[in-house]
Order: sequence, then C-alpha cells, then structure tokens
Amino acid sequence: MATDVTERTALDSVVVARGVRRVFGEQVVLDGLDLDIAPGEFVALLGRSGSGKSTFLRALGALDPDVEGYLRVPAKQAIVFQDPRLLPWQKVLTNVNIGRPDNARTRAEALDALAEVELESKAKVWPRTLSGGEAQRVALARALVREPQLLLLDEPFGALDALTRIRMHGLLEKLVAKHRPAVLLVTHDVDEAILLADRVIVLTDGVISLSSQVEVPRPRGRDSREFVALRRRLLTELGVGDQPDAR
Amino acid sequence: MQSISGEERTVAITVIPGAPAEAADCDHLDHKGGSAVRALLTVGDHDEQSHASTSGRGELIVATILDKARRTTPDVADTPETTGASGLIDPTAISRKTRSSSRVPRSAQRLLGPVLLVVAWQLTASSGLSGENVLPRPLSVLTAAWRLIANGELQEHMTISLLRVGNGLLIGIVLGLVLALVSGLSRVGENFVDANMEILRAVPNFALVPLLIVWFGISETPKVLLITLAVAVSIYINTFSAIRSVDAGLVEAARSFGVQRRELIRRVILPGALPGFLIGLRLALTGAWLSLIFAETINAKRGLGRMMSDAREYFQLDVVFVLIAVYAILGLLSIFIVRALEARLLTWRRSFDGN
Repeated sequence: MATDVTERTALDSVVVARGVRRVFGEQVVLDGLDLDIAPGEFVALLGRSGSGKSTFLRALGALDPDVEGYLRVPAKQAIVFQDPRLLPWQKVLTNVNIGRPDNARTRAEALDALAEVELESKAKVWPRTLSGGEAQRVALARALVREPQLLLLDEPFGALDALTRIRMHGLLEKLVAKHRPAVLLVTHDVDEAILLADRVIVLTDGVISLSSQVEVPRPRGRDSREFVALRRRLLTELGVGDQPDAR
Repeated sequence: MQSISGEERTVAITVIPGAPAEAADCDHLDHKGGSAVRALLTVGDHDEQSHASTSGRGELIVATILDKARRTTPDVADTPETTGASGLIDPTAISRKTRSSSRVPRSAQRLLGPVLLVVAWQLTASSGLSGENVLPRPLSVLTAAWRLIANGELQEHMTISLLRVGNGLLIGIVLGLVLALVSGLSRVGENFVDANMEILRAVPNFALVPLLIVWFGISETPKVLLITLAVAVSIYINTFSAIRSVDAGLVEAARSFGVQRRELIRRVILPGALPGFLIGLRLALTGAWLSLIFAETINAKRGLGRMMSDAREYFQLDVVFVLIAVYAILGLLSIFIVRALEARLLTWRRSFDGN
C-alpha cells in the first residue's frame, strides 16, 4: 500500500522533511525530498548506490551543514554507522558512554545497554579484541543507551558476514520493540528492509519514488507470498527486476 | 595434519563452510579473522572425500592453495613424497611456522651482534695489523674508562651534559607540544605556526650555532637553546601531523554523540595523536644528543663534548672510544625509556612483532 507522505499531518511526526535539497558541485543528490516519520515507526530507505541514501541520513543526523530545505528531527537521536567507530584507546564501557556524564548511574546504564546486546562480559576490554559483529553490537548499545527518539542506521550490517547479519536482525528487532524509537534504516539489502521495517521507501533521482507499508505479518519469513511480492516490486523499482536473482 | 606419502597418491580437499557445531556461534568464527571456512586435507580414497564444497569462499581457499602449489612447483613438483598425483600439496608443509622454542631469551639473542663486533675488534687490535694509536684494544679502553670514573672526571662532565640535555628536552617538548596544539587544532594557528616550523626543520641545526654564539655568548643558554630547537621541531612535526591524521570518522561519531570541543580534544584527538607524539619523542631524543655534541664541541668548559675535544687534541684514542661508548649507552637508554613509555601508553594497540 503506497502512502502519500505529503498528506500526513506533521504534528505527530518525529521527522519532518520538506523540499530537502543537497547539491555537491554540479551534482544534485537530493532534489526536493519530502518525508515524515511517525514516533516509533521503522522506515527502511532503499536506493541504488550513489542515490543519496546516506546523504539524507547524514542530513537528519546533523552531520551536514550544507543541506537546504525544511528539516525537523528530535534532539534525542543517535546514529549507528556502517563501521563501528569505537575509540580504540577507550574500553568498551567508556565507548558506550561517550558524550555522557561519567558517574555511577550512567555507568550502570551503559552496562545494562551492553547486557541488552549480550556483551556485558566485554565491558572492560579494548575494542580491538572484539569481532566485527561484537563491535557493531557495541555501537548499537552506544546508540540505545541514549534512549533516542530517532535511531539512524547507516547500513549498519553491510560489513558483516551473512550469519552474523541474521543474528543482528533478530537483535535489532527485539531492541526496537523494547525501546520504541523511530528508526530510519538506510540499506541496499531489500530482504533486510522487508524483514525489519514497517514502511519501505525507495530513493531515486533525489526524490522518494516509492513508499510502501510492509504488510507481511510478523514474524516474517522470506518465503511468504507477501514478502516475495513486495521484494519483486522493490527490485523492479531499483531497476534490477529482470535479473535472475530477483525472480 | 598427516603428511602425504607416496603410496596414497590421491588427495582430496574438503572445504567445510563452518563446522556445524560452530556455525551457530558466528561471532566466534568471525573472531578468528573473519574466516568461516576451514580447509581440511585428507589422504585416502578419491571417492571417500572427493566432494568439494562450492561456496564462494570455499572456492577462494582452494584457489589460494593451488596458487601456492603452483608457485612452489620448482621445489616440490619432482618429489612424489610431497606431491600427489593431482599436483596437490600439503599446505602445512609450506606455511610459515612461528619459531619460539629457543631456550636462549630473546634479549640475549639480540646481543649476538654487538658481542661479535667486540670480538672482531679484539682480534683486529691484537693481530698487530693496526697500532695502538689507531685502534686501541678493548682492554685499554676499559682501563681508560675505569681511570676516568675513579678520578670522577667522567661523572663531572656527564652530569653537566645530562643537565643540558634534560633542560633542552623539557623546554623543547613543552614548546613543541604547545605549538603543535595551536597549529593542529585551528586553521588560524596553522597559518601562523606551521610554515615557520617547516622552515626551521629545513635548516640544519649546526647552521644556527654561530648565530646563537653571537646572540648569547658562550654561556649555557645557546647550548640548551640548540637542543631545545632540535627537540621542539621533532615533537612539533610529528605531533602536528598526528593530530591532523586522527580518523575523521571517529571525530564525526564523537560529535554526533554530543561530545563538545574540549572533551573532543581530550578524549579523541590527543589519544589519537599519542602514537605520533611518541615517534616525535624518539626522534627528539636522538636529535637532543646530536645537538649536544654540536654545542659542546664548539665552546664548552665542561661536558662530554669538551672531553671529546680534549681527547682528540692530546690524541687519547682510548678516551675517544670511552666517550663513544658513553654516547651509545646514553642514546640506547633514552630509546629504552621511550619504548617503556610506548608499552605503557599504547596498550590498546597491537602491532606486528617481527615473527
């Protein structure tokens, strides 16, 4: 079911984007993009590489001062990047608490956040001793310990192996259900988007070309009829619908 | 791993994409260098283990093994003991093993070079090929050293020199660090400081000596100042470039998690620049001893450099050798101090140990 984003009222949204535009030199990457995200809504943003997905996420995450247009996001937001970006010279617990005051309460909260990603035993180790999946779980704990109203995920599982990625999907689903932040997941993985999101949007030529609620009942299996149909539709929108893999 | 005998000629490679028991714990596999694939060589019937898995990564491993086999072909191709009929080889036979079984401690092993040098020295000196006034024997150098220590001459001069180096280091490190911070943390600071420091680096230290003598006479000031400049330049150059090469992704992430500027400098930029600073410190120590020699050979009433000039003047080659040894020991000591500092401050890092 396609939803027209401009029809929704902006009053109850945690993200309001109107006419967002970003130009790099001659190249227009975002060309008047509109988007609303409701509190607690999980939105997956798909797009071909170079389509400006990450540019939009960086704009929402206040990492891009040169973006034009109307943009409102909650002050309480957190990002998980594609690489963990943990400070190598700080122990895991300190990394989780970065930017927060250091006291007994925040340390206990950080430890709880690590327990949620099943890594409380690694609180006192150096980040270099972690595996890729573990480091990314720490990055997730670092984001969630702030209890964000908006969680921005920039291809967070892109660098992980397939098995670890499956585990991460389950973990993310569990944690999002518990904390209920609004989520914007930028990904190039159509299956990942359908598995996790309430709504999937596709970015083409700097605007949102497709927006669809994910009507697949949870827990979602990749072989359900709705899953396959939506997957087909998204792959066609992304321009690879005729490839053997897409059928 | 079994070795492959000539009898059992058929070798099959089975590539298992993660053992079943471990497949559930993917982080565990991931931890071992991201490889969820293990190669297993079995010897026996072709039919018994001939199935090769065709996962993308599995094929990669097989390809690597075959590639290694091809590269080592000149050595092993003609020997049926190591090569099966299908041209496959035992990868454990060509992979590098870590040799750490030696009973002699590593530090003692490293002394082998210097010990050989002294032996060669003794042999050359006692062979009569060179006279005592060209190459004194190790024993006469030791005697000279004992004489200089017994009458307190060496200690007196060395104390003076150590004080000069110590003062120069202290002031130079502080100065270099302050300048690196000013320049590294702001564009304006860079505009004022960086080009000047680059110019100073390009000028050989020795060229400043006449100027310093004219300005400050032959007091302690020009000597300490010469050392200070050498130290400050080393510290500055390395610390500045280290600050500027701190991972921008880490800085961005820290900012996005609400880290303010002062905290950013303390928690992200300075620790990130620490390895570079320590490299600077190493070079600064070398530079400090070098500058000391320049400063003291020119105009000093006391100090190791003065001892050196006197020894040259009176042709006391044994004393010259003693002083060279003293410089070597002091230089090595400073390197050891920096190494100890690195080991203490950079525990979060892990690097190649040469094995």
